Amino acid sequence: MYRYDEFDHDFLAERVAQFGDQVARRLSGELTEEEFRPLRLMNGLYLQLHAYMLRIAIPYGTLSATQLRALAHVARRYDNGYGHFTTRQNMQFNWIKLEEVPQAMADLAAAEMHGIQTSGNCIRNVTADQWAGVAPDEIEDPRVWCEIIRQWSTLHPEFSFLPRKFKIAVTGSPHDRAAVRVHDIGLRLHRNEAGEIGFEVMVGGGLGRTPYIAKTIREFLPKQDLLSYLEAILRVYNQLGRRDNIYKARIKILVHALGAEKIAELVEAEWQQMRDGALKLPQATIDAISTHFAPPDYPTRDPMPPQLMAARLRDPDFARWLRSNVAPHRVPGYAIVSISLKPEGAPPGDCTAGQMDALADLSERYSFGETRVTHEQNLVFPHVAQEHLPELWRALDALELATPNIGLASDIIACPGLDYCSLANARSIPVAQHLGQRLGALDRQHDLGNLQVKISGCINACGHHHVGHIGLLGVDKNGEEFYQITLGGSAADDASLGAILGPAVAYDKVVDTVASLVEGYVGLRENGERFLDTYRRVGAAPFKERLNAAR
Amino acid sequence: MTVAHAVTANRLRDGIPVYRTEDGGWSPQFSAVGQLATAAEAEAIAAAAGAVNGKDAVVGAYAITVEVDGAAVRPTSLRERIRAEGPTVQPLAAMRKAS
Ligand code: SF4
Repeated sequence: MYRYDEFDHDFLAERVAQFGDQVARRLSGELTEEEFRPLRLMNGLYLQLHAYMLRIAIPYGTLSATQLRALAHVARRYDNGYGHFTTRQNMQFNWIKLEEVPQAMADLAAAEMHGIQTSGNCIRNVTADQWAGVAPDEIEDPRVWCEIIRQWSTLHPEFSFLPRKFKIAVTGSPHDRAAVRVHDIGLRLHRNEAGEIGFEVMVGGGLGRTPYIAKTIREFLPKQDLLSYLEAILRVYNQLGRRDNIYKARIKILVHALGAEKIAELVEAEWQQMRDGALKLPQATIDAISTHFAPPDYPTRDPMPPQLMAARLRDPDFARWLRSNVAPHRVPGYAIVSISLKPEGAPPGDCTAGQMDALADLSERYSFGETRVTHEQNLVFPHVAQEHLPELWRALDALELATPNIGLASDIIACPGLDYCSLANARSIPVAQHLGQRLGALDRQHDLGNLQVKISGCINACGHHHVGHIGLLGVDKNGEEFYQITLGGSAADDASLGAILGPAVAYDKVVDTVASLVEGYVGLRENGERFLDTYRRVGAAPFKERLNAAR
Repeated sequence: MTVAHAVTANRLRDGIPVYRTEDGGWSPQFSAVGQLATAAEAEAIAAAAGAVNGKDAVVGAYAITVEVDGAAVRPTSLRERIRAEGPTVQPLAAMRKAS
């Protein structure tokens, strides 16, 4: 894993001291709120409905056991005993006191964590495939490139005040688990005809008020040119992005106003002026950063361990968990284990301090001390020996972390919504809780297969509702909570935006309505079809009928 | 039932919601909220609230409406009810403690 160098440590220590001073000056009244607000946001500190909220970046979703324990410590000491994993592979603490923030930040800094650039109009935490380095289909570990981008974009003077926030995601596999097409820039490592590895560069994706799927502006970018090309894109955006209108300020608006070809041309012109300059990446730099992401030294393990076979036959619950939460690993004898943070009826993405501490211990015992955070708000142990799966499952089950629902109907993504968020129109969490229980039951009855339900409490779309097979968007109708339903979205390789099904549904009807849509699918599906496949085949009409009947 | 006006904010030092009381202080208890006759009065108080420093300094004060039914007073909007009463969902930590 990447470890901070001296520069990183010094910088963070300075920043913690600086922010501590700013907080003291705010508390004494020396700084006004107007002066202080941008300073706290630069450090990931928001003010929400009930308290301050501290957002911590988890670069490319990778956590060491020490970092997981630091998060547990902050949850216990400065929050109400839990934290919330978000769709940006970040962690949010919802009950933070301003006067305690400097100490919390110092504690996090000791574990090489912070909230810098988790807010504001800058380049945000770069996200990656949660199976980076272990997916059997992977071409190259995307985290090397995320780390290179992190170093380049941290406090980049030219890009600290962009027209709007800027999100980059990287995948190293043909199968996109990082939703790269709904980011401002999506990067996909692939091979060209000559067999060289480089990036497909996609620009202008995003959700929110005006959702777009990103357009490819370069099919193949040699690796050593990554930073100069990114810099060229950011320059074009910085210059032409709509600073006059916050709703039109994201790069997606620019890309779709000018067209992908025009953007590609502008970027190319900018890039040609600097491609062989200081940003060209020397192989030695790439190699040095790659060493931080070298795979662990995997001891040889039995690829068909008898204890695994026996446990599978003996225990149907274990067999079910294996089917839904365990995936093949690139090294024989190992597996990738997904840990569901969606026990039916619980708030999606929440994790208690006790669970985090216990997971840190388990990661050391079973996963080389490494845990990943997914944009679906779950966790992953990336390197588990198959022979350890039965005992790991028992340990996770005892922590209520073995819900066998990864990718299934009750694995719902939900933003904090009106229960916490000051921007919300409607609640997300209780809808997710009730819907999780309802769809979990339907799944056991009908084996629904892969079904992605995503809920956002407002148009900012933190719950990614546009790319849910079923998306719910909370809207306010005369002070009442309503939910607009979209169908047919996907964040995967077949990325698409959902279409609005019809009039919004009231809070007390929304669970029944979605259940009815899913029942409709059960009646219509053909061999092996997912909800999304059936919807794409039959269209919206039969679902519209159900919506109208249920409203 | 009648509608009255009131002022709320978040307390600077810890961010918790507070309510302007009749005597001009701030209380974390919604039950202590002072009622005002007009929106203009509430807005004027809210506009001046940010200038006060010290232990009880507040941030982002604004006017809200409240429903008054005899002795019972509650915020009109769901958002303000959630601020006053806390999240409508049990957070995971509490669910785990309870079980
Ligand atoms: S989608 Fe809206 S309600 Fe949900 S977390 Fe984002 S801003 Fe808040």
